[in-house]
Amino acid sequence: MRTETRLVGRMAALIAALLVGSLALAAEEAGPGKEEAPKAGSGWQHWHVNNNVTDVASVQRGARNFTSYCLGCHSLKYERWSRLGTDLAIPDKLMERDLIPPGDKPTDYILTSMPATDAANWFGKTPPDLSLMARARGRDYLYQFLKTFYVDGTRPTGANNLRLPTTAMPHVLSELEGLKVAVFREESKNEGGQVVKEQVFDHFETVAPGRLTEAEYDAFVRDTVNFLDYVGEPTQAARRALGVWVVLFLLLFTWLAWMVKKEYWKDVH
Amino acid sequence: MADHAGVADEQVDLDRRKFLTRATVATGAVGAAFAAVPFIESWFPSERARAQGAPAEMDLSKLDAGQMAITIWRKQPIYVVRRTPDMVTRIAGHDADLKDPNSESSVQPEYAKNPDRSRSAEFLVLVGVCTHLGCLPKQRFSQGELYPSWPGGFFCPCHGSRFDLAGRVFNGSPASINLRVPPYYYPKPTTLVIGADEKGSA
Amino acid sequence: MATTLPGGTQPEKKGLWAWINKRLPVTEFIQDQLTGYYAPKNFNIWYFFGSLALVVLVLQLVTGIFLTMFYKVGEATAFDSVEYIMREVDFGWLIRYLHSTGASAFFIVVYLHMFRAFLYGSYRKPRELLWLFGMAVYLALMAEAFMGYVLPWGNMSFWGAQVIVNLFGTIPGIGPGLVEWIRGDYGIADATLNRFFSLHVVAIPLALLGLVALHLVALRRTGSNNPDGIEIKEKIGPDGHPLDGIPFHPYYTVKDVVGVGVFFILFAIVVFFVPTLGGLFLEGPNFEPANPMSTPEHIAPVWYFTPFYAILRAVPDQRMGALLMFLAVVLFLFVPWLDRSPAKSIRYKGLPSKVALFLFAVSFIVLGYLGLQPAEGLYVALARIFAAIYFAFFLLMPFYSPIGAKQPPERVVYHAH
Repeated sequence: MRTETRLVGRMAALIAALLVGSLALAAEEAGPGKEEAPKAGSGWQHWHVNNNVTDVASVQRGARNFTSYCLGCHSLKYERWSRLGTDLAIPDKLMERDLIPPGDKPTDYILTSMPATDAANWFGKTPPDLSLMARARGRDYLYQFLKTFYVDGTRPTGANNLRLPTTAMPHVLSELEGLKVAVFREESKNEGGQVVKEQVFDHFETVAPGRLTEAEYDAFVRDTVNFLDYVGEPTQAARRALGVWVVLFLLLFTWLAWMVKKEYWKDVH
Repeated sequence: MADHAGVADEQVDLDRRKFLTRATVATGAVGAAFAAVPFIESWFPSERARAQGAPAEMDLSKLDAGQMAITIWRKQPIYVVRRTPDMVTRIAGHDADLKDPNSESSVQPEYAKNPDRSRSAEFLVLVGVCTHLGCLPKQRFSQGELYPSWPGGFFCPCHGSRFDLAGRVFNGSPASINLRVPPYYYPKPTTLVIGADEKGSA
Repeated sequence: MATTLPGGTQPEKKGLWAWINKRLPVTEFIQDQLTGYYAPKNFNIWYFFGSLALVVLVLQLVTGIFLTMFYKVGEATAFDSVEYIMREVDFGWLIRYLHSTGASAFFIVVYLHMFRAFLYGSYRKPRELLWLFGMAVYLALMAEAFMGYVLPWGNMSFWGAQVIVNLFGTIPGIGPGLVEWIRGDYGIADATLNRFFSLHVVAIPLALLGLVALHLVALRRTGSNNPDGIEIKEKIGPDGHPLDGIPFHPYYTVKDVVGVGVFFILFAIVVFFVPTLGGLFLEGPNFEPANPMSTPEHIAPVWYFTPFYAILRAVPDQRMGALLMFLAVVLFLFVPWLDRSPAKSIRYKGLPSKVALFLFAVSFIVLGYLGLQPAEGLYVALARIFAAIYFAFFLLMPFYSPIGAKQPPERVVYHAH
């Protein structure tokens, strides 16, 4: 065996080990849904939305959720209503009746009607545009965010959040989800010889049920995140579909090129 | 060259070699053609341009008889002329002087392929771009304005193309095609929508 | 040979072809560069990456030219115009992903190409200039990639520019003034973006093309090295060509096309299925517009800079850190003179050289990994250890490289398949 082959082999082994290690870590993080968790809300950092942007019905429901609950404050300034209609196969008539706010044209971008200055006055900051939120923060982040609101009287909005502590956003979905409080437990941590007490989230307790059951609310959030995932990259379904053909074509081409190479290299001894 | 460079003199199947090479080159050429598609496509009007080129609406109630209003659709001036009954009569009678009196070679929707080139004789809707080289023709609506027998129409200042009150081109003009008529319809009697008709958006 | 192979000597032609050839040496050029250029017959997989780098260069030029048609430079417009490309230009998303993936692919290919040079001593006499031109290409590529990364004007673009430009502030005396000069403002701003745009789309690509041309001309002068590290020109056959050489065309053109095919398969998988590659090729925070008031929680350069970034952070002194990072790049230039082994190829070098190269490659990869991690605790400690190995590889090379070398064979080792 040649030396550099061995060298390369060793390096490959090392890279493989690193890869396997990180994959194992990722897998651990991904884990199963952890539905069996005994306490409500525990392990929320590991919740995964597992949405599917090719599920058009789900994205459509998400679009409806968005216009009903989010559009009051949040814009999607890079997405046009007409694009939404085309991509999600929503008929024009239905778009105009149910989704597009009166006065907006189908070719307009999806903008909130709330003036930015008012928003800044009411919430202390302008609610962010959500066009790219799923790409910037990740789908799981949005999912965890929408599912970990809890009642907190010390906040001006009366609500706090585990994913984004001290969020300026009120719990607009409380009517659907109901109200829950977060129960914290005290944990002692040894920090440089000093014992520090820490408040650690333990579980949620529902104090007032909402209109939806837990499973229904979960589906509601998943649809909404699915929609935001679509809006983050409206071309993603087309991208994957085209990719299959490109790779197949390249396989054919490379196979042919390989045959030519083999043929010519018969000359070389 | 037998012992040269390790390249052997052994019998090789040259036909197979030629065939495989050609197949690969052909496949590569097909691939290159496909690869060019996204780049070529990217030059067509983008979604933004298409959105901005959406059908344009116009209120006709403020347009007086005998007057022309200009609106913009798809970055082009659209001439809307409210023809008086006198102007309508001046469309007829000079077919012999026209290059294409029946609008055979010009671009217009089916409903405008008639002598007055409109859905209803009262309103003329034209793309105000000279079919010669793209200048904007001027309105010369009065009879005899250009020369004694001039029935009224449009005159292009760039190269002197002349069109009648239905946008049909006169003999002796450098332009050879009648002015274009965009698709349009009236959702209400006094409202004109340019760029769309019963068949949908252009 | 009795038959003329495709692409071989052009038969005498009349008409247009002859007319052109009388005025422009097309046929001679093709003969000189392809059919008349004899390359060692024992190239292995490591020899694909040169031609692949050329392919990626062309890909980047073409996609870059098209992106420039839609991109709008400017603080207020840059970010929006990238989203415009991604959403509203037909196939804009594909052109952008080709370019962003191409940037990473360029570095992958170039790093492997450079590693090949380390394996087989391709930088050794008489190829020192070839190596130096290659390194110049690499340096230009780093500048090109950095400035290109700033253009989308996302929050990582902004803070990446902030951090890298501030590195120049560590230069004694002129540092602070220099930083202001580079930025053209008191912070990273519109002026900075505008000049980076110009450099990214005009100046550096021109320089890159020139350097690549020089790199190739130098290669044609010396001829390619090979896995045995012996000069095929020293064994000339009766026909005047090297005994161990074969015409580049058709043998290596058909072989390189296979490499290009395999490369594009992998490339397409990334572009179409994982264009962000989990944040390695396109980072999440860069989908938020530049915000001078908010640094992303975790800031790291794109992966191809992280080995050097890890070295920078491993040093607890600002000036020393910047200096060592600079040194980590510059040391490559001296390799032709640091390597004192009688053998070029790792095949015939001694055990110390083999171990050193192995450790170097490992340290480069580990440093690259550490550069992506937060600079704390164990990560910093590890970065220091591996940075030490990294530098030791270069600085101790004159001492360990001569040890245990074997005599290379007379002729290249090649087994027909």
